[in-house]
Amino acid sequence: MLEIEIDGKKLTVPSGSTVMDAANSIGVHIPHFCYHKKLSIAANCRMCLVQVEKAPKPLPACATPVTDGMKVFTHSDQAVTAQKGVMEFLLINHPLDCPICDQGGECQLQDLAVGYGQSGSRYQEEKRVVANKDLGPLISTDMTRCIHCSRCVRFTEEIAGYQELGMANRGEFTEVLPFIGKTVNSEISGNVIDLCPVGALTSKPFRYSARTWELSRRKSVSPHDGLGANLVVQVKNHKVMRVLPLENEAINECWLADRDRFSYEALNSEERITKPMIKQGGVWQEADWQTALEFVANGLKGVIAEHGRDAVAAVATPHSTVEELFLLRKLMSGLGVDAVETRLRAADFSLKTAGATWLGQSIADLAASDAVLVIGSTLRKEQPLLAQRLRQSVKKGMQLAVINPHGDDLLTAKAAELVVRPDQLVEGVVQVLRALAEVKGIALQPNIENGSGDIPAEARAVAAVLAGKEKAAVLLGNIAQQHPRYAEIYAAAAAIAEATGAKLGVMSEAANSVGAQLVGAETGGDVFAKPRQAYFMLNAEAEFDVQNGAQALAAVQKAKLVVALSSFSSCALEHADVILPVSPFSETSGTFVNMEGRAQSFNGVVRPLGETRPAWKVLRVLGNVLGFAGFDYTTSEEIRDEALAGEIGPRLSNALAAPVAVKAQAASGLVRLGEVSIYQADMLSRRAPSLQKTADAAVAAQLRANAATLAKLGLAAGDRARAEQAGGVAELAVAVDAGLADDVIRVSANHPLTRALAGHVAAITVAKA
Amino acid sequence: MTVYAKGVVFEGVDFDNPNHWRLEEYVKRGGYAALKKILNEKITQDEVIAEMKTSSLRGRGGAGFPTGLKWSFMPRNFPGQKYLVCNTDEGEPGTFKDLDIIVSNPHALIEGMIIGGYAMGITVGYNYIHGEVFEAYQRFEEALEEARAAGFLGDNILGTDFCFQLHAHHGYGAYICGEETALLESLEGKKGQPRFKPPFPASYGLYGKPTTINNTETFASVPYIIREGGQKFLELGKPNNGGTKLFSVSGHVNRPGNYEIPLGTPFADLLEMCGGMRGGKKLKAVIPGGSSAPVLPADIMMQCTMDYDSIAKAGSMLGSGAVIVMDETVCMVSALERLSYFYHEESCGQCTPCREGTGWLYRIVHRIAHGEGRPEDLDLLASIGDNIAGRTICALGDAAVFPVRGMLKHFRSEFEYMIEHGQSQFAALS
Repeated sequence: MLEIEIDGKKLTVPSGSTVMDAANSIGVHIPHFCYHKKLSIAANCRMCLVQVEKAPKPLPACATPVTDGMKVFTHSDQAVTAQKGVMEFLLINHPLDCPICDQGGECQLQDLAVGYGQSGSRYQEEKRVVANKDLGPLISTDMTRCIHCSRCVRFTEEIAGYQELGMANRGEFTEVLPFIGKTVNSEISGNVIDLCPVGALTSKPFRYSARTWELSRRKSVSPHDGLGANLVVQVKNHKVMRVLPLENEAINECWLADRDRFSYEALNSEERITKPMIKQGGVWQEADWQTALEFVANGLKGVIAEHGRDAVAAVATPHSTVEELFLLRKLMSGLGVDAVETRLRAADFSLKTAGATWLGQSIADLAASDAVLVIGSTLRKEQPLLAQRLRQSVKKGMQLAVINPHGDDLLTAKAAELVVRPDQLVEGVVQVLRALAEVKGIALQPNIENGSGDIPAEARAVAAVLAGKEKAAVLLGNIAQQHPRYAEIYAAAAAIAEATGAKLGVMSEAANSVGAQLVGAETGGDVFAKPRQAYFMLNAEAEFDVQNGAQALAAVQKAKLVVALSSFSSCALEHADVILPVSPFSETSGTFVNMEGRAQSFNGVVRPLGETRPAWKVLRVLGNVLGFAGFDYTTSEEIRDEALAGEIGPRLSNALAAPVAVKAQAASGLVRLGEVSIYQADMLSRRAPSLQKTADAAVAAQLRANAATLAKLGLAAGDRARAEQAGGVAELAVAVDAGLADDVIRVSANHPLTRALAGHVAAITVAKA
Repeated sequence: MTVYAKGVVFEGVDFDNPNHWRLEEYVKRGGYAALKKILNEKITQDEVIAEMKTSSLRGRGGAGFPTGLKWSFMPRNFPGQKYLVCNTDEGEPGTFKDLDIIVSNPHALIEGMIIGGYAMGITVGYNYIHGEVFEAYQRFEEALEEARAAGFLGDNILGTDFCFQLHAHHGYGAYICGEETALLESLEGKKGQPRFKPPFPASYGLYGKPTTINNTETFASVPYIIREGGQKFLELGKPNNGGTKLFSVSGHVNRPGNYEIPLGTPFADLLEMCGGMRGGKKLKAVIPGGSSAPVLPADIMMQCTMDYDSIAKAGSMLGSGAVIVMDETVCMVSALERLSYFYHEESCGQCTPCREGTGWLYRIVHRIAHGEGRPEDLDLLASIGDNIAGRTICALGDAAVFPVRGMLKHFRSEFEYMIEHGQSQFAALS
């Protein structure tokens, strides 16, 4: 510990602290631009110059290490003169047109200029003008405003993992720019907008739509991946205008993924449905709530009377809240219907665990691991911020190994990597298990078939990463969870975890995957394989939210009654018989339980659009209409307290409830790798126009294979190809993906262009279109 | 350029012999004797550093830091790789001495670096050569090959356990890469921008490893010091200013060139060696230590001796030893305009005061030089200078300000005349 005195206040700080750290710890504000607690120190803006006793000149607080007995003056004449001098330099070439700048009102330069600037400028020369850059559909530029703090550059390199922005040229001609002809394509790129202390980088979708002081700031929780990033939703006249991060060190730190940040565009989409609607004689008609609810109640009762309880199935996406799913479960139980399912993207429903599957530990604990093995995940695209956290851990010494059906760049060092065909994911995991068994001199569990043949060197390398590590984790991603042999992958992964003392974890696919398990919304299985007479669909769109979308669509089309509780009209109008407009997350209170088992409740940030109602209220009244007891809730909190009664922790468990037989299977022929792309995963991101213009969205519209496979098929990059699966056809542009194994065809799933196709990991045929 | 006076660095070099730079000739005039002496007599690292301290050799790159002291800062028992770097990125306007060293006596530098490596326990060195002297770079590469072939450089030097690898690297001409940490960044393949200090290169240098960086002339002085003893070197100059030093004299003298003379030599003597003023004109002013050194008027300069302390006392600095001589026809406004343009052009742009301030300084001086000066401009120049100097990551900011301060201190009336009349009072003379 070191003693330091700042502006006369004595304090002790740990050795290694900077003057800035010390000042922050006692709430002394030192003006700064380039300094950011999550980024490396640049010391280039010079705004944080302070006076240090015995130093001949002012020193930058951000880069000056505290020495014992140091005396610092942050507001002395010397310090303030230096700070004002820097402010003058920052302003000479900065446009002084705050009234027309989108950053106005939330600009650090503007704020600090009030304290450190002059009322007039001594600079009478020509001002600099810098050409704007195209950084893609999300980030707007006004590069003349740039003050060269390099926060954005450091962010792309240090946090996002790939330096997509750089400083070109020299002196006052220095410019921030992307690679020539390239845009910023990171899945967490939007954070540079928050980091930019001036109006050089602003939000393209939000541009010129509101002033910060017109906006209310309301807390919420991201409804996308299983992390549960905390949000500040900014609202004007009951319209969501923008989403910003709410800092939570335990979850999203100070970051947001672009999906969390920009999907709000869908909330104001023209596809929003605002009135209950009933289809009669093939024609849609608006109805009042009472009529619509009675129509639903009578319809369900009618189907059950005629075809029995098993003829009805309820499906919901795991993006629905705890309250919604709990009431859905309760409503169906009231009807005697057992089938309630949220694992819509799953293909294998056989896994049985002792409790709700989860990350197996907190996010912060995971980040402190010595080694992590990720199985079947695109990681960056499935869990953008978790990927970011693991990237920081790797920098601190964590070893990351992967077993994947692709070789995607994680923008962090992989200590070992085993790439397999998607249908050989089980065999890949077993090979690593065999390698471990060999190293550790243990036998494989009797239920796991010991594959034959040599263990590949890559599998041994993966095993070596885990072996002997104090704190290790084995994580299952979406590709694993959606795999037709998920239970086998899970069992083999559990065996690896057991052999190495690692914690087994499931990276939740959606915001409330854990919550869905806790309320028992996983009892249906594949409810579309054998078509039902009635489907009750909550926030779910058959062809986009179900793994075999084509099959689900066919089942829905054949059903007598389809009830859609949805925020959006497009899919529902096509296939439903009755539509009940329900609130997206922004218009309802609710709770998500994230992958670490943390329940996060939130309130609606705007009032429901038109006659839209929160789904929990709709389900609650439907319960009344059906005459069920126990549907008298007046607040969502009452429902939550009942749904999550007691502690969550003891109800989470990744332990297998029964052994799973893992059998080696041979593979041949073309196989599809059909992961759900980042901006198709849920009904909001699919409808966010700006996200749909990103590079990630463009990649999702391609058919990809390695060069050898393409050559065998007579295809080349840029061709158009026709892919066929179970009678469904998709025509796509061809691109090379060198990271794939031979004979693997990567076609993203649940995409408008590919929705006619079938399983994510299944045989596929491809021909030139 | 031509070397007119020889001292330590060019000792015994026969410029008339076209092979004077080759290893064979270097050995004939006593080259590599110092290295042999160290290895044969098993002189310890501490003894070498002590000899360097005795010599009072001060860094010849411009800052004048005592070399022996710098060498003693190197963590000798650091367990990993350490580096020795030579700064031949000679880019200061007026300076052209290091160029002559690697062209005319490259082995003195190589031997000096090998000895430095020995003294600090370093096995790998780099010589970063300015990008605009490519032929000199090629000459140095050739000299390295000779040294390797002769067993002076590489593994098991002269049959001992001592190993030292030396590599040449040429930059691309950015002035900022002469700043030692920008040089390291550039050597690592990054954009040449200074690092903030601390940490200093002795603890976090090239590739994050302990690194010592010295100027070409500094290293080239080392063999003499080891061979002849630090005391003898010191006595060549004057106390605290040991040895001889190369002065690159340019401007309005009859014989511009490199002069290696004892530190403490009166400027008047140096001017005489240069054949006096060209065309018999009167001396007006001298920039005594490269473009960043404040200008000194003739009367002050004629009282100075050429050493660190005397020039500093006169209010300027010896710097790299680039002596820019200006006669009575020179318009100081135009001279400053050219100097300010240089620093504006060469600012790396990393930190605010230098990035924004150098351009501002230049634009004001440019305006004054083009008859558009305003009465308040001179105070503004001084104020901008105060806001740059001492506020930047590296010394380039200071370097841009010193010429402005020097000119305003000694020649303010010329600037005032120009602002008032819209043209130089020397317009008719030049």
